[in-house]
Amino acid sequence: MDRKIYLDHNATTPVHPEVLEAMLPFYKEVFGNSSSIHSFGREAKVALEESREKVAKLLNADPLEIYFTSGGTESDNLAVKGVAWANRKKGNHIITSQIEHHAVLESCKFLEREGFEITYLPADRYGLVDPDELKKNIKKETILISIMHANNEVGTIEPIEELSKIAKENGVYFHTDAVQSTGKIKIDVNSLGVDLLSLSAHKFYGPKGVGAIYIRRGVRLTPLAHGGHHEKARRAGTENIAGIVGLTKALEIANRDMEKEDKRLKNLSERFFEKIKEQISDVYLNGHPELRIPNTLNLSFKGVEGESIILSLDLKGIAVASGSACTSGSLEPSHVLSAMGVPPDLAQSSLRFSFGRSNTIDDIDYVVEVLPEIVSRLRAMSPIYQKEKA
Amino acid sequence: MPYSAKVMEHFQNPRNVGEIENPDGVGEIGNPVCGDIMKLYIKVKDNRVVEAKFKTFGCGAAIATSSMITELVKNKTLEEAEKISKQTVAEALDGLPANKMHCSNLAADALHKAIEDYKSRMDPFGNRKSIKHSDS
Repeated sequence: MDRKIYLDHNATTPVHPEVLEAMLPFYKEVFGNSSSIHSFGREAKVALEESREKVAKLLNADPLEIYFTSGGTESDNLAVKGVAWANRKKGNHIITSQIEHHAVLESCKFLEREGFEITYLPADRYGLVDPDELKKNIKKETILISIMHANNEVGTIEPIEELSKIAKENGVYFHTDAVQSTGKIKIDVNSLGVDLLSLSAHKFYGPKGVGAIYIRRGVRLTPLAHGGHHEKARRAGTENIAGIVGLTKALEIANRDMEKEDKRLKNLSERFFEKIKEQISDVYLNGHPELRIPNTLNLSFKGVEGESIILSLDLKGIAVASGSACTSGSLEPSHVLSAMGVPPDLAQSSLRFSFGRSNTIDDIDYVVEVLPEIVSRLRAMSPIYQKEKA
Repeated sequence: MPYSAKVMEHFQNPRNVGEIENPDGVGEIGNPVCGDIMKLYIKVKDNRVVEAKFKTFGCGAAIATSSMITELVKNKTLEEAEKISKQTVAEALDGLPANKMHCSNLAADALHKAIEDYKSRMDPFGNRKSIKHSDS
């Protein structure tokens, strides 16, 4: 029986046992609707507000600035569309980047159809957005800037402090999609200087279907979901208390173990990269060599297509992701790698390894054992890989 | 696994991988942008495809369809070979996921290109033209 090794933690993570334990009572005895005034409701409300306080503390925010949603996508949609709609009298220009997650990009594309003007800033070969580029593109019609904190595909960490400062100097709201960074690196909404921030529980060992958005006091925003007066009438819908409790617990654990995990994951990632480079030639790193979240390693294997490697690894019980077109469902390779200027054939040859809590040194060493043969076999079949380097 | 057992078989044990040294026809299809590149080599004798080899840069379906088409084409006459379509290849593999049908398209196109290439090397009398063609 093949052992199973999961190296796709940026896609999702398993629920931490402590998180599951914390959630269970809210599927059992404490099931009330937090809006009800009887004891069942009050119990739920207490749990909700305690969670809010804890999350606020962990992000260095005020509890009144934390709103719970169904996840990162909803938070991103709420941030982008909500600010756009509420401020359209002030202006109709939004600045974002070419490497954002689809939740931000598609929200922007949707707003373009409504008459908003969107500028998509480029990223350099490491995936970094240049603050000077931002400065150049701000105008008096600009009402929102949205740049992600850490990129999900290559892991590059953006200079949010610098970027948000520029936004502030120009009186423009700044949103960051922190879905991939929360739980991996420290998040402090005040040092980051952001007005809005999105996060999602299932990326840091919490349950799927729940996330949060930080909205600084004073930010004007139109809700997506109208209905009851939940979340200060900014996000209607009976709260997913169990999920919210889970999110909170997961965030606490992530914070508690962050320093240790940061070191451990960096170790695993570096060890893996070093050993792979020893065994396989023509391997290229996509992403910044240092300014990267500790667990993400995006590599291109020249001459071999991503999905064929994923399939071969999957046959050995190993799970990874790729930036190739074949895995994206469209015929185009990763928009992130393309924006970074990675040549199309190398973008198609990319693999994303994202390590996590369950991965051990043994796991890493096993993958290192197995991968070279896979790459050799596929390279021998490839019409574009020369054995002696061209 | 989104792929049929036959696709997985051909992916893990592809038939006829390689190049032919003096091919009678070569068909190259695809480009790095769409993510699949197939190169099909054929040898023709007495109007039959006697040998076929392939090299492919692409996903599981791309490799499997390349492998399958080299099997389907063996010993077929050129007329029979020309009739091999993307459906033929997909059916022989017990079907492909909808978004992978374009891979079987590529395989069929590579074969037809190889046959076209072969024909362009022949003069009207069925003899090899004296002009040398580059095979790369």
